[in-house]
Amino acid sequence: MSPSTRAVENWTLQPLTDFVREASARLVLVLTSSGQVLAQSGFSRAVDVMSAAALAAAIVASTSELARQLRQPPFGALSHQGPKTGFFLATFMTDRGTLAVLAVYDLDVSSLGIVQLFYEQLAADLKAASPKGVVPKQVLAADFERELTDSLNTLFGR
Amino acid sequence: MSKALDLITRVRGVRGAMLVSAEDGLVVAEQLMEGIKGSAVAALAASLAGRLRRAMEAAGTGTSVFWHLQAEQGALLVVPSGEASGNLLVVAVAEPDVNIGLVRLELLRAAEAGA
Repeated sequence: MSPSTRAVENWTLQPLTDFVREASARLVLVLTSSGQVLAQSGFSRAVDVMSAAALAAAIVASTSELARQLRQPPFGALSHQGPKTGFFLATFMTDRGTLAVLAVYDLDVSSLGIVQLFYEQLAADLKAASPKGVVPKQVLAADFERELTDSLNTLFGR
Repeated sequence: MSKALDLITRVRGVRGAMLVSAEDGLVVAEQLMEGIKGSAVAALAASLAGRLRRAMEAAGTGTSVFWHLQAEQGALLVVPSGEASGNLLVVAVAEPDVNIGLVRLELLRAAEAGA
């Protein structure tokens, strides 16, 4: 297991570890559609996790709304590719609710095709591993900061 | 494009032919027999092609014009096509005992025709 892969919810850890190894992704976040991080790999600073999660959740929300206005089902995946780095953001349903995966990969060690291929496996593994019959807890504003701090402490082993 | 793939798949023992974007490993066009997962083959071919290109550049041998990966239950045959041989890959998935020379010829023809 990569020492930099950590999970707030343990059932996400093995699927994420496998994905990081197989897809050669540099950074990965598994989060809920509200931006709550369930697991991360490759991040070294809490502030980076916070901003990446917030931005990813915002993209999911804005593309979902765009799809809704176009009367389409929500978009499955989004990919951006630069000269050296690409990122891939996709959502899928589990018993834990809608989850999103944000993967950042370097083009000299991976590719969109590889990331997409192993993302399918990751989504299937997370669906299979997600706790059944659990109603996702509402994140209340009053608890948000404490939950965020707890999550970041877990993700960075504090 | 589909005609080029058609000519490749007509060779006895070829189970499928594909055009793959070399940069991102996505399928551009495919003619595959049932049971072959095109996205996996495309991702594998592009990943290998990228690593091979860098290794060959480092070794000073220039770019590859054809490569053949033999596995227990099949073979992958690839010819890079397009600008500086870096844009597209013409890929054949074949039985282990396929006539390699014939497939190579059809792959090269497809690549020359710009697939």
